[in-house]
Amino acid sequence: MGVSQRYLIYLGCVIPYRVSSYEVSARRVLNKLDVELVEMPEFNCCGLPLEPLSHKLTLILSARNLAIAEQTGLNILTLCPGCAGTLKKTSRELKESRALMEEVNKHLGESGLEFKGNLEVKHVSQVLIEDVGLDKIKKSIVRPLRSLRVAEHSGCHLSRPKKHIGFEDPENPQALKMLIGVTGAKAIEYVGETECCGSTIAAIDDKVSLSLVREKLLHVREAGADALITICPACHIMYDVNQSRAEKMFGEKYNVPVLHYTQLLGLAMGMQPEELGFEELRVKPIKLLEKIQSSR
Amino acid sequence: MSKGEGVKPSRIDPKFRYEVAKMLGGRDVLQCFQCGTCTSDCPVSRFSEKYRPRYIIRMVQLGLKERVLNSDFLWLCASCFTCTDRCPQGVEVANVIRTLKNMTAMEGRIPEVFKVILGNLVKTGYIYRIPDSRIKRREELGLPPLSKVNIEGLNKSLQNIGIGEILKEVLQKGGEVDMWV
Ligand code: SF4
Ligand code: SF4
Repeated sequence: MGVSQRYLIYLGCVIPYRVSSYEVSARRVLNKLDVELVEMPEFNCCGLPLEPLSHKLTLILSARNLAIAEQTGLNILTLCPGCAGTLKKTSRELKESRALMEEVNKHLGESGLEFKGNLEVKHVSQVLIEDVGLDKIKKSIVRPLRSLRVAEHSGCHLSRPKKHIGFEDPENPQALKMLIGVTGAKAIEYVGETECCGSTIAAIDDKVSLSLVREKLLHVREAGADALITICPACHIMYDVNQSRAEKMFGEKYNVPVLHYTQLLGLAMGMQPEELGFEELRVKPIKLLEKIQSSR
Repeated sequence: MSKGEGVKPSRIDPKFRYEVAKMLGGRDVLQCFQCGTCTSDCPVSRFSEKYRPRYIIRMVQLGLKERVLNSDFLWLCASCFTCTDRCPQGVEVANVIRTLKNMTAMEGRIPEVFKVILGNLVKTGYIYRIPDSRIKRREELGLPPLSKVNIEGLNKSLQNIGIGEILKEVLQKGGEVDMWV
């Protein structure tokens, strides 16, 4: 394990569109852990949201990002598991089929690009566990969050489909739990941990997607968690931004704060909520912050 | 299909299952033995009366091409891949369903929201129009500026992939769509 690591950061669409709190907190904690982030010279949508339209379109979009990244000689780090999964799957699919790779490269060649398939893509949680290491993270903790009990939500695309992603067991995800553990907080068990947030069909069927949100929030609350912890910008929007919409639709109140893992880690590293994008959160984690204060 | 109703032979396309099997990701559709695991574990099926992945697979096997491609429920799949991970026959259920959506799209029929995000893609490189306020906010938060996408290069790479009709249409469209709220 090297002292410092360098990655290209691939942001995708959702984060710049509305989830700055994740980006701000991730950049801060990674910096603290000596992970150097280099900006992509240029990038476009990873292609995941357009997959229902055309798989080939998705392959070209993600291969284009990979081809641009390959020119820098650095590996990719993403904050969104959907982006990581799509880039990984494309890379794999193209490397498994020569014909497909040639076809996609014909398209990329139209603007002078070529996919070679010689870089690695990792989601930030994978970088934290495999490259930074839990020991190093542990050493960076100055304010262990021992008073907190939180629920993890890893989301579907970090691990599914298993045979294409290969990181984590989708039926019993441990990565986020281990990462929560090093902050001193306790990751609790709850019903329906691995259930989908419904974000991909939010624009198709409101009722179904918000029913999924409701179910998750009720289970998390039932388990007595101080917060729900996400590592995906899309899941975060569903549970944080759309929490009030679900409350309206079902005439209920949930009051479940939703933090990005990188915010939780930042707090444990002694950073202030203002430095970690807390003001962008819709559900204000007031009680949680008080709990941390009073336990010092 | 209700019990005993039967299917008019004229509605059946006997080659459909092979057509799907040939598409990327559609290969395993013939291996499904209708156990129902996919439907039992599908989060969407829990909240939608009309969405049943097992039926979708069966319709393909039976050759009910028109019925399945014209169904609105096809677009309800959340692509969570739970079915794919749990299918005892190794059917990539989510990919088969994606293949069916792709077939529909090639005929130019897609939900409006996809036209909007595709329109944004070909104009900005992202599926959303990232508002100026966000760009400014990035600065305030000390975040690096977003890179400028080479739109011309991007669009050159997207020609001749079977969705030309829609691409032409969306160049006229695009704009604000709130996917989430
Ligand atoms: S789980 Fe697999 S075998 Fe069972 S019904 Fe679904 S697709 Fe068919
Ligand atoms: S991928 Fe689609 S069909 Fe499969 S379980 Fe998820 S929502 Fe259901």
